[in-house]
Amino acid sequence: MPELLFVCLIGLMLSLLLGLIRVLRGPEAGDRMLAAQLIGTTGVGILLLLSLLFNQPALTDVALILALLAAVAAAAFSGQQQVSNND
Amino acid sequence: MINIIASLLMLGGLIFFLCGSIGLLRLPDLYSRLHALTKADNLGLGLLLTGLALYQQDLLFALKLVLIWLAVLAASSASAYLIAQHARRQETGQ
Repeated sequence: MPELLFVCLIGLMLSLLLGLIRVLRGPEAGDRMLAAQLIGTTGVGILLLLSLLFNQPALTDVALILALLAAVAAAAFSGQQQVSNND
Repeated sequence: MINIIASLLMLGGLIFFLCGSIGLLRLPDLYSRLHALTKADNLGLGLLLTGLALYQQDLLFALKLVLIWLAVLAASSASAYLIAQHARRQETGQ
C-alpha cells in the first residue's frame, strides 16, 4: 500500500512539472496565475501524501494553510492589476 | 476491500490531476485552460483526499481532509472568477 502512495506522489510531481512548463511559456499573466493555482493544489496533495508516508501529522496543517492562502494569491493578482490600470 | 477502494479513488484523483495539467498545457486559450484547471482542483483533489481518508481510517484526519477540500474549493472558484474577469477586462480594453 505505501507503494501506491509513492506512485501518486510521483504522478503529482509530474503534474507539477507540467504546470511549471506553462508558467515558463504562458503568454499572459493570467495563464501564469492559472498555473500557479494548479501548483498550489498539487502542493496540497503532495503534502498530504508526505504526511501519511512519513507519519508527520503536522504536514496536514501546512496543507490546510496552503489551501487557505491560495485564494489570497489570486485576489492579490486581480487587485494589483486593477491598481496598475488606474494609474 | 477498503484498501482496494482507496487505491482506486487515489488513482482516479491522480488521473484527473494529470489530465488537468495536460489540458493546461495543450488547450488553446485562457478560458478553456480555466476549464481544465477546475477539473484538477475540484475532482482530482476530492478523489485523492477521499482515498487518503479511507486509507488512514481516522475520523479526525478525515474531517481535516474535508476542511482542506472545502478551502481548496472556495479558493479555486474565487480565483477562477477573478482570473476570468481580469482576462475579459483586458480583452475589452477597459
